[in-house]
Amino acid sequence: MAIKAKHQRLVLLAVAMVVLIGAAILAIWALRNQASYFYVPREIVASPPEASRAVRLGGMVEQGSIRTLPDGVSIAFVVEDKEARVPVTFRGIVPSLFVEGSGVVAEGHMGSDGTFVADNLLAKHDENYVPREMKDMTGEELQQAMAKGK
Amino acid sequence: MHGFANPARFLRIARWLMPLCLGVGIVIALAALVWGLFLAPAERLQGETVRIVYLHVPAAWLGMAGWSGIAIASFTELVWRHPLAGIAARACAVPGAVFTAVCLVTGSLWGRPAWGTWWVWDGRLTSMLVLLFLYFGWMALSQASEASDGAGTRAPAIFGLVGAVNIPIIHYSVIWWNSQHQPPSITTGGSAMSGAFLWPLLIAMSGFTLIFAGVVLARMRAILAHQQAEARLRRKALAQAG
Repeated sequence: MAIKAKHQRLVLLAVAMVVLIGAAILAIWALRNQASYFYVPREIVASPPEASRAVRLGGMVEQGSIRTLPDGVSIAFVVEDKEARVPVTFRGIVPSLFVEGSGVVAEGHMGSDGTFVADNLLAKHDENYVPREMKDMTGEELQQAMAKGK
Repeated sequence: MHGFANPARFLRIARWLMPLCLGVGIVIALAALVWGLFLAPAERLQGETVRIVYLHVPAAWLGMAGWSGIAIASFTELVWRHPLAGIAARACAVPGAVFTAVCLVTGSLWGRPAWGTWWVWDGRLTSMLVLLFLYFGWMALSQASEASDGAGTRAPAIFGLVGAVNIPIIHYSVIWWNSQHQPPSITTGGSAMSGAFLWPLLIAMSGFTLIFAGVVLARMRAILAHQQAEARLRRKALAQAG
């Protein structure tokens, strides 16, 4: 019986070690992927990061800038802040909250021609929930309609 | 309050209150889900995915309410040594953890189409995940304390109180670290949510809350019955030994 208990402890310890090392490897791997830096348009224009580096670009989507490229699945748009504007291309399905005039975080890298090539887009929701039928209303009309609905 | 200290009296009330809460809760929650999933409008930007909110928000509320229940019961346990307090805390843990998990899963499913990601380490998401782990830890501790011959309801009670720190953190996370999750739509000052979404949501929340209460009462009855059965077995064993 004594041998069995010893074996049990050994197995337990071995499993614990494997789990611990596995967790450490995962953490290091995640940190390497996370080594992705955040830029606003002003910074990316002032000192563009090298093309090989994964960076995040955060800003507002410029009004009227979203257009579909000829291949039909890529889009081009402009991310701006008060001081600078950066053209961005993205291939894939855009999040439903990605609209002009609202905030976006693009993950990707700088292309050779000064265009930011995004691999992923993150959009953000605000606290407002508005039915689809009201989407064409202006801000003022919306507020009146919302006040009535309450 | 100590009027309910007598478990027999509590059981008399729970016997009819539990099926009432469960029955009414299921009817209300189902009605609200039908309203929300089929009749309520699509949202301007989110489209049809907005319908997840009718499950997500009630689950989030009950995940937090569950731990608030544990904290209040723990306080009652530590201060007044109320005999039902420890049982109430144990009864809150499993449904609280389940609703927290539902909240995380539905949020993730919504996040992919709406935000463009399943998960981000945003303050709200992270603090909610911490809540789920707190539930797991609490359940393990409570089970371990119980295994040590019922001597320790004190350790889980202290954990329950300390863990309650996370509840205001979850609530204010979207205001303190406004990164990915949107700020609250429903506040005491009013609602940034159109009535077309707000009403089915409020009704869903009340329905699921009644279901939660019914489950807690049912679990309290089950734990009490289990304790009575154990006590009876112990008495029998003693009688035979004597």
